[in-house]
Formats: sequence, structure tokens, C-alpha cells
Amino acid sequence: MCLAVPGRLISIDGDDPLTRQGRVDFGGVIKSVNLAYVPEVQEQDYVLVHVGFAITIVDPREAERVFEYLRTLEQEADEPQ
Amino acid sequence: MRPITVIVDRREVKLVSESCDNQCPPLNDDHDVVKMAHGGGGRAMAQLLDDIFRPAFDNPWLAKQHDGAVVEMPGAIAFTTDSYVVRPLFFPGSDIGTMAVHGTVNDLAMCGARPQYLSAGFILEEGLPLATLRRVVDAMAAAAVEAGVQIVTGDLKVVERGKADGVYINTAGVGKVVAPEPVEPTRIQAGDRILLSGDLGRHGVAVMTAREKLDLESAIESDCASVLQPVLALLEEGIDVRCLRDLTRGGLASALVEVSESAGLAAEIREVDIPVREDVSAFCELLGLDPLHVANEGRFIAIVAEQDVARATDVLRRYPVTQGAVEIGHFVQGAAGLVTASSMIGASRVIDRLSGEQLPRIC
Amino acid sequence: MKYRDEYRTPDAARGYADAIARITTRPWTLMEVCGGQTHAIVRFGIDQLLPESISLIHGPGCPVCVTPIAYIDKALEIAGLPGVILCTFGDMLRVPGTHSDLSAARARGADIRVVYSPLEALTMARENPGHEVVFFAVGFETTAPANAMAVYQAERAGLENFSVLVSQVLVPPAIRALLERPGNQVQGFLAAGHVCTITGYEEYEPIARKHGVPIVVTGFEPLDILEGVYRCVRQLERGENCVENQYSRAVRRPGNAMAQHVIQAVFQVVPRQWRGMGGIPDSGLGVAPAYRSFDAETRFGAVNGEVEAQGECLSGAVLRGEVRPDQCPAFGTRCTPERPLGVTMVSEEGACAAYYRYRRPAGGQARE
Repeated sequence: MCLAVPGRLISIDGDDPLTRQGRVDFGGVIKSVNLAYVPEVQEQDYVLVHVGFAITIVDPREAERVFEYLRTLEQEADEPQ
Repeated sequence: MRPITVIVDRREVKLVSESCDNQCPPLNDDHDVVKMAHGGGGRAMAQLLDDIFRPAFDNPWLAKQHDGAVVEMPGAIAFTTDSYVVRPLFFPGSDIGTMAVHGTVNDLAMCGARPQYLSAGFILEEGLPLATLRRVVDAMAAAAVEAGVQIVTGDLKVVERGKADGVYINTAGVGKVVAPEPVEPTRIQAGDRILLSGDLGRHGVAVMTAREKLDLESAIESDCASVLQPVLALLEEGIDVRCLRDLTRGGLASALVEVSESAGLAAEIREVDIPVREDVSAFCELLGLDPLHVANEGRFIAIVAEQDVARATDVLRRYPVTQGAVEIGHFVQGAAGLVTASSMIGASRVIDRLSGEQLPRIC
Repeated sequence: MKYRDEYRTPDAARGYADAIARITTRPWTLMEVCGGQTHAIVRFGIDQLLPESISLIHGPGCPVCVTPIAYIDKALEIAGLPGVILCTFGDMLRVPGTHSDLSAARARGADIRVVYSPLEALTMARENPGHEVVFFAVGFETTAPANAMAVYQAERAGLENFSVLVSQVLVPPAIRALLERPGNQVQGFLAAGHVCTITGYEEYEPIARKHGVPIVVTGFEPLDILEGVYRCVRQLERGENCVENQYSRAVRRPGNAMAQHVIQAVFQVVPRQWRGMGGIPDSGLGVAPAYRSFDAETRFGAVNGEVEAQGECLSGAVLRGEVRPDQCPAFGTRCTPERPLGVTMVSEEGACAAYYRYRRPAGGQARE
């Protein structure tokens, strides 16, 4: 399960940690999203949104690992046996 | 960003979507709404026709106030009908009236015909503000002028409050066939290419943003437009257009499956070449919709022989409504109706018709 | 779209596919737990890129699919009461109950509304004080925080006309149950990435140790799934069995503390019946005693009844990964999305529906 979509947080609205909402930009479509579960989020962070809630902040450093790992594997394959 | 509502007889009538720029005047006067009497065939109806319909559609046939219009059309005639029940009546980029004209004009164009005359049947809901009706009718008139068609006959009925969602419109249209060969699926041959006239999904998404309370901001507007000019241009260039099909409900997927079934052929398309705007794609992703299934109102596929692809694409790209035209695949010998798409990562999947309603998913 | 499109590039996909082929020396059977992953695999044809010797079995990771029929019947019963507005995710609308489904009930006049977020149901309760608003709270751990928040806020606001019909399930008990079934073929798991954003993955470590299976927390884009398969196969080839995190851009080992806090406040762990698996202890969430008044089963009566569909439907076997959708005799003929025999065909995330959409050619014959 679980359709969660990545989007960029462009503004935060409200102070109450449980009810504060943020405007999240998904490729040009902006939706209001509940931020209760990402208390440390900052504007311009990317979040994953599921049923109207941000459930996690996307780590840009870790996001590269998928490609770095592949490069490592390809280098290993190229090395003479 | 709230939809604009008016209270009519203690009932809310949602008039326009958030992005509509000219607002309907608020009404609190009972004279300014549709009443059952307007459908009665008597004085009230005549008044309504004189006030709203005839000035908008103004032409010699309507001026005759006859039961039907007599027109002369030599040669083969294309004939089509469609009903329009979209809710809300006005949504970003278009409205029910514009759709009612362009939709029928486009259907005639898909037959390789030049549309000439339309009929328009209206079913009005008691309580619909007359100002709204005027806006719809004026929009139809403008669309008719743009397409070069006349609305020469029509009908009006009124139903009780709670029915008809404001207004339902049926338009039927006739046009003179100008294509030298029939434009239909049976003319498609294996090897023929599929041209897609532009990016997908804008209309369906625009209507959804206006209708569902999704609490989102988007600049997505309906792609509702007449495709007549580029279609006629293809024919005038002497390109052998085997088949045309517009992509309305059910989207590109349904159109491809239907055409290939009728043609008795299979089809292969490349998903990576199908244009979808980023914001439309994002909206679909959010709600778990497939852009290949979302409705369009100004998009079609044109099937031509392989050697005509470059020329046909050039012609289409000269017109704003088809400037995004691109070749996306071809027909092959195979199981009739089997449409496969090579995915972005190279593997293939079967493209199917839309099944039932499109439901926003979470899962 | 950033953080989506870059994980769909063909060259990288082929790169991972080649890497998997290089290290595979034996047949391996993996299971991807989550329906969203099944959907991606079938839609992008990821399994077509894998060596023949690697089998991907589709697991019970579709909460819609595993919801017992009795809950649909209860939702129908509640929706049929005067003055009730039933709110539901779109996925539940056509899931068959014993006699009907929510879509048919709505067509007959029941006030059933599709919502994107549980908070919309809460808003409906506020805006309709004269109505009872009931939210059909289905989902895995990914959805539990959202569902919990709706109840949490309802309680804070003192709303008296809002309740939730809870059919929440938990993934790790299902994995344990699958591994304990005699005849289990699964040798490695791709764990559900979004579930793990909430729960973390510590809970999977004892499972990996006890059963000797590698478990890789995996995302949902093609490159994620391919990398997940690679990591899982590499462990199997080396005889390893630990928990790895492929989806590190979204998942951290302890998970989401705030979400866990709200879930633990509002819900409690309960036994649950799973279609296709029967009863699994401690495998679901129900409303905690402190929030009892927001439990629809308190207001409208407890749910009990049949778990399994009767008849020809093999969705139970499909959910357990014992049968592939296109191996079912009714697939594509007597069972289609328009006339589904069971839930794995109705739910968009169900394996049968995914196969039907992407594998079955128009005309009704399953492709091979």
C-alpha cells in the first residue's frame, strides 16, 4: 500500500504542532498538507505526502545513494577478474 | 479560494470555479431564475427564447421560428450527437456551453467533415439563475462563431429543482464530408503510425479541481478547443488520413483500444513519447489516476501511413491547438484491440480501456 | 517531478538489471509485500527485466484486499442508517461485501462520500452537526498516523458526531505468519518502504534472524525495486539474512517518533482477521479505550462474520502468494474488474487487478 508523493514545502501556516499545515508544491500543483509528523521540517525541504499528511522528509544526500551504489556495482563489474 | 455560491430559494447553487474571473451577479430576485413555466411552450418560454437564445445564436433559421430548419447539403453528410452533463458548469479554462459546441464540431471533424449546422437541446433545472444560462448560451455562440457553424434549431425543457445539475445540453451536428477517402478504422493498415495531437489530461483534471473539494491550487485549465482547422489542413494537404479519433472520456487508452479493435489490428506505443504536463502528471500521481485514462476535450489521434508522418506532424504543429503533435507508435498485425506500451524503463505493459469510474486512490 | 522521475531512467534500470543477472547463480523466490510495489512492478514491467530464475511473488500488502467482508457489510449497514454520512477512501468503494458494495449503496441513495484525507471526514463532521459522520479507517501503518490524527483532533475539539470504523492492519505479523506457513516458498522480502517511514525497521530484525531471510526495506520507483531485488539476491547468494534499508532517502531505522506517539495514544494492537490468511494475533490496530467513544463499533455494534468469500474466488491464495493471478481459472473470463469475484480484482492495488490491467490482452486471454 501507500501512495506517497514527493513535493517541496513552500510555506508553513500555523503554530499548533498538531494542526499546522504547509503548502506543498507537487510539480506545479500546490496542496495544503498537515505537518504534524514532520515537526523539524523547513521551507524548501521535500516531503513525502500520504493522504494529506507529510510522513517523512526526503534526505537529499541519501537520495543520491541509489545512483552511487549502481556506479560502484558497475565499477566492480568492469574490474578485471 | 472558495467557489462562488448563490442562495436561490434557500438552496445553494454553485456557479463558478475558483479561477473564474468574471463573477455572476448575486441574485435575490425571483424573476431572475428559470421556472417550470419557461418550459411550458407559452409566453414565458417565448420570452426566454427572445431574451437569451435568439440574440446569441442569431441566424435566418432561428428567425423563422419554425419547428425545424431546412438546409441544403450536397453529397455525403456526417452526422453526430453528444450530450453534455459536466458538473460544475464552469471550470478552469472552459464551460459546458463551449464544450457542447466544440465537442460536436470535433466529432464531425473526426469523420473528415466540415461542420455546418448544429441543433441544441437544453434541459434546464428549475431555479437556475438566468444570468448563468445567459453565460452558457453566450459561450456557445462564441464557440459556434469560432468553428464557423450555425445553431439552427433547438429545444428547451425545464425539470424540477434537483434534476439536471443546472443544465444539460445535447447538440447534434451535420457537416459536409470533405475527406476524399473514408476516415475510419477499417482503413488502417499494419505499419501505419499514430500521431497524438498534444499533451494529455488537462480537461479531466481541470474539471476535477473545480468539482472535488481537493483544497489545492493549480493552474491547470481544460484543453477544450475546436480541432477543426488542423484536421481540415491535413486533408487539404492531400495527406491520406486513415482514421481520426478524439480522446474524450476514457482518454487516450480507450480511444486506442477501440480503434485497434475496429481495425482488427494490434498497436504498440512508446510511453516515454506521450506528452503530459508536469502539473497534470503531479495531480494524477497525487490521486492515483492514470493520465492515459483522463478525459480530454481538444485532443485526438490521427492515423497516417509511415511516409506521411513528417508532413502530417508539420501541418499539425502550425496550429496552436495541435502544436504539441507527436508520433507515439504504430499498428501491427496481432490480436485486435491489443495495445501495448513500452514503459519508460523499456519493459512492456498492456494498455486497457478505463474500467468504470476513475476513483482517486490512496493505495 | 523531482524524487520520482530520476528513479525511472532506463539506463540505470538496465544497469541494475544487468547487475542482478551477473550475481544470480540459482533460482530465488522473493516477495514484495506492498501492493504499491506490485503495481509498480507490473506497470513498469520490472519483472521482465529480471533473470528467469528470480521469481517475484506478490504479497498481501493491500489493506483493501485483506479487509474482511464483515467490515464492508458493517460499513454498508452504517451507511444505510438515516442521518449518517459514511466517508471512505476511494479504494473501498467497489470492494464486494456479502450482498452489495459501497458504490451500489451510494447509487441507491446512501450518503457515502469519497475523501482523500481523513481530515476531510473531520471537517464534514464539523460542518454537519446534525449528522453522524463515520470514517472507514482502512490501511497499513502508513495510513495509521493520519487516521489516528483525525480521532485525536476530534477528541480535542469535543466533536460528538464523529467516529471511525477501524480495519487497520500491521505488516510484520503478516510476514511472520507467511514464513510460518508450511510450504512457504519465500526466501527473501522487499519490505514496504512507506510503512517503514512510520515504523522504522527494527521490528524486522528478529524476523530476519529467526527465519533466516534477508529483508530489504524498499521504495516504489523502478530503480528502488531493482536495487531492492539486487540487495536481496546478493544476500541470498552469500547466505546472509539481515535487514537492509534501500529506501534510505525516506526511511530511518527508528521510524517517525511523532507518528508512533499519536498511533499509540489513539489505537491499540488487536488481533485481526485477514482475508486469505485467517486470524493473526496482534496484527491490527483498534481504537484504544481512552477513545472508545470515537469507535464506530461502540456506537453501531461490533463487527463479526465471514472472513472469506465463498465460491470460486482464489483471492486468499493470491494474497498468500500461492497462486499467480493468471493461474486462476476464472481470471479474465468469469472474473474481471467490471464483474469481480473477489477483492484482489476489485482493488486497484490487488495483484489480480494489476495483472488484468497490464498483462492481459484485450480479448480475455491471459498472456504468457
